[in-house]
Amino acid sequence: MQHTSATPIAWPESIEHGQSPSLAVWKFASCDGCQLSLLDCEDELMAVAGRVAISYFPEATTAMVDGPYDVSLVEGSITTEHDAARILDIRRQSRLLVTIGACATAGGIQALRNGRDVDGFTSIVYAHPEYITTLATSTPIADHVRVDLELRGCPIDRGQLLQTLAALLNRHALRLPTTSVCIECKARQTSCVMVAHGTPCLGPVTQAGCGALCPSFHRGCYGCFGPMESPNVPALRTQLGLLGLAGVDIDRLLNTFNTTAFAELEQTQIDERAPS
Amino acid sequence: MRRWLEVESGVVSGEPSIGQPGGQPIDWWVMRAGDLHRFISLLKSEFDEVIGPVAVDGVIRLRPIESADDLPTGFTEQQETGSYRLLETGTSLRFSYGLGPDSLKSIVHPPRSPVWTMRRHDGTLIVDQALHGTTTRAVIGARACDLRALDILERTQTGGQHTDPAFAVHRQGLFLVAIDCSHPAPTCFCDTGGDGPVADHGYDIAITELDHPNGIVYLVRVGTDHGRSLIESLHLAPAPRTFLEHRDHQHRSISREFIRELPKDAAKVVRLADHPHWNDVAERCLTCGNCTAVCPTCFCTDMDDIVGLDGETATRTRVWDTCFSMEYSHLGPGPHRTSPAARYRQWLSHKLGTWHDQFGESGCVGCGRCITWCPVGIDLTAEVESLGRPVEANA
Ligand code: SF4
Ligand code: SF4
Ligand code: SF4
Ligand code: SF4
Repeated sequence: MQHTSATPIAWPESIEHGQSPSLAVWKFASCDGCQLSLLDCEDELMAVAGRVAISYFPEATTAMVDGPYDVSLVEGSITTEHDAARILDIRRQSRLLVTIGACATAGGIQALRNGRDVDGFTSIVYAHPEYITTLATSTPIADHVRVDLELRGCPIDRGQLLQTLAALLNRHALRLPTTSVCIECKARQTSCVMVAHGTPCLGPVTQAGCGALCPSFHRGCYGCFGPMESPNVPALRTQLGLLGLAGVDIDRLLNTFNTTAFAELEQTQIDERAPS
Repeated sequence: MRRWLEVESGVVSGEPSIGQPGGQPIDWWVMRAGDLHRFISLLKSEFDEVIGPVAVDGVIRLRPIESADDLPTGFTEQQETGSYRLLETGTSLRFSYGLGPDSLKSIVHPPRSPVWTMRRHDGTLIVDQALHGTTTRAVIGARACDLRALDILERTQTGGQHTDPAFAVHRQGLFLVAIDCSHPAPTCFCDTGGDGPVADHGYDIAITELDHPNGIVYLVRVGTDHGRSLIESLHLAPAPRTFLEHRDHQHRSISREFIRELPKDAAKVVRLADHPHWNDVAERCLTCGNCTAVCPTCFCTDMDDIVGLDGETATRTRVWDTCFSMEYSHLGPGPHRTSPAARYRQWLSHKLGTWHDQFGESGCVGCGRCITWCPVGIDLTAEVESLGRPVEANA
């Protein structure tokens, strides 16, 4: 497993002074799955609760302590004017801001609306579209404020979340992998679904971190962790075509959880390779 | 079937070079299906774990087995660049398949291996080195190239000044039952890249599955005293000469099946650092690292350190790394092999070139795993061939 080197983030001062740092968990446009990953850490949750002061976490507790907060975990994407203003306020109140999940780091599935007829969608979906105020786009948190650390995935990996909290609490360097899912797939000795079954898989262009979850259930990777460090999207597209996938199906596969990330990379790579 | 074997054995008694009525040690024995069951039961009683080929998830893999019933009877596979398919043969052959993705590396140099744990105690840090246990393992199904790869890997891990204790312990506990290749995959090229499809050393016991017109039999030979004592305890019949002739015939016909070869100038051309072909292959390569993971001799590792939430404990685990990772070449200012071309070049030039300088041989045994398990089917023999062509011809 390969990692980015020590994450360049400033540790909250309160940790240096031996106090329990305060933690806030915020939600924007999302399904709550990433916050639930934190609640899912049953065995470890007591240890977390013992080391941090959970100051704001509506999903888990009614206690709401005013900021500022040492660490804010932010789930979800920005889809309304109100949220665009709220994230600015949260940033002001947070020493460290960590985005969690594909919505917060890449806009999420809801970013499929970007560049499409959003008014048209609302009029089809809602009985009273006039009550809906929404932006035309779903954008990642980093498009609005400075983000100190991103935890990717849909949902995030609870192991990565715990490692991040442990590194923050103990002032330990955090290294998250930036290589392909294939590395984890081979390490857990899963049989490659692409080579052995002909199942389309985004593992080779997707960042590791999930432990190659989908291939271990005989499914191709959906790319929910977003692009790995050097994704060769055009080469994977060629191979997916050889496996019998039509162009539109390849587009759909690439654009589900990280709607624009893979497509933009692909375009850059195509441009770079074009003979000048 | 029984009668037929007796008749064949009868032929043998008059042939002193193979038979041993005069108390000479036997060199070749015959096993039939029932004997194979007895043999595996014996291994189960002798070793902590018996690992053998199993058809699982559409692939023949090396996995712990309980009995001969777990073997991939009636299965074979079809391999191509970037493709593997499990097929049924409609026969009772158990070993009529080409290599799967697992090599002995997964056992002696596992993907994750604990190094130490650390804990705080009365203000001091206490380090507990990981114990690697003394599990003994019999592995059925190693091929000639696997044995050779194990030798190569062993030189990298224990051949120099610093010995890897985990490797040494795992190797020590290994008992190897080699199976001669009867159906090499079209991705294999061990005849030009390695030693060839027949195991000639490095095994405790070696078995040829013989697809004889009169029925399937297993010809057994031994390479160590331990292997001999196990086989002798089964009281098998000596192999008749006709079987050995049939075996020679089977091997000769296999040798004609190899369609790939590693160009002879491989060690030289992979050092052409500025060759434009590196950019060509980089356009196809995903830098995914599947090739180094399945390669039976790639040994590179990284350390994964995890600190407990309480800050009182930490663990260090050694994990497989790959030169296709950016972080792999991270020196002071950052990674220095950032381009995919530089990373592909590192893999090929180390494996086939500088491995000679480092360990006195090539790092490739011609198993073809990297060709089959590359998701986009990059074939190193073809890349070496392109590197050997004059530059103009590549353009
Ligand atoms: S199944 Fe997907 S992630 Fe796993 S090795 Fe194959 S291509 Fe990579
Ligand atoms: S380089 Fe490829 S063919 Fe050679 S030993 Fe490694 S996996 Fe096998
Ligand atoms: S080819 Fe790469 S991964 Fe394999 S041993 Fe050499 S440097 Fe390590
Ligand atoms: S050669 Fe194939 S297996 Fe190796 S890194 Fe490139 S795409 Fe992956």
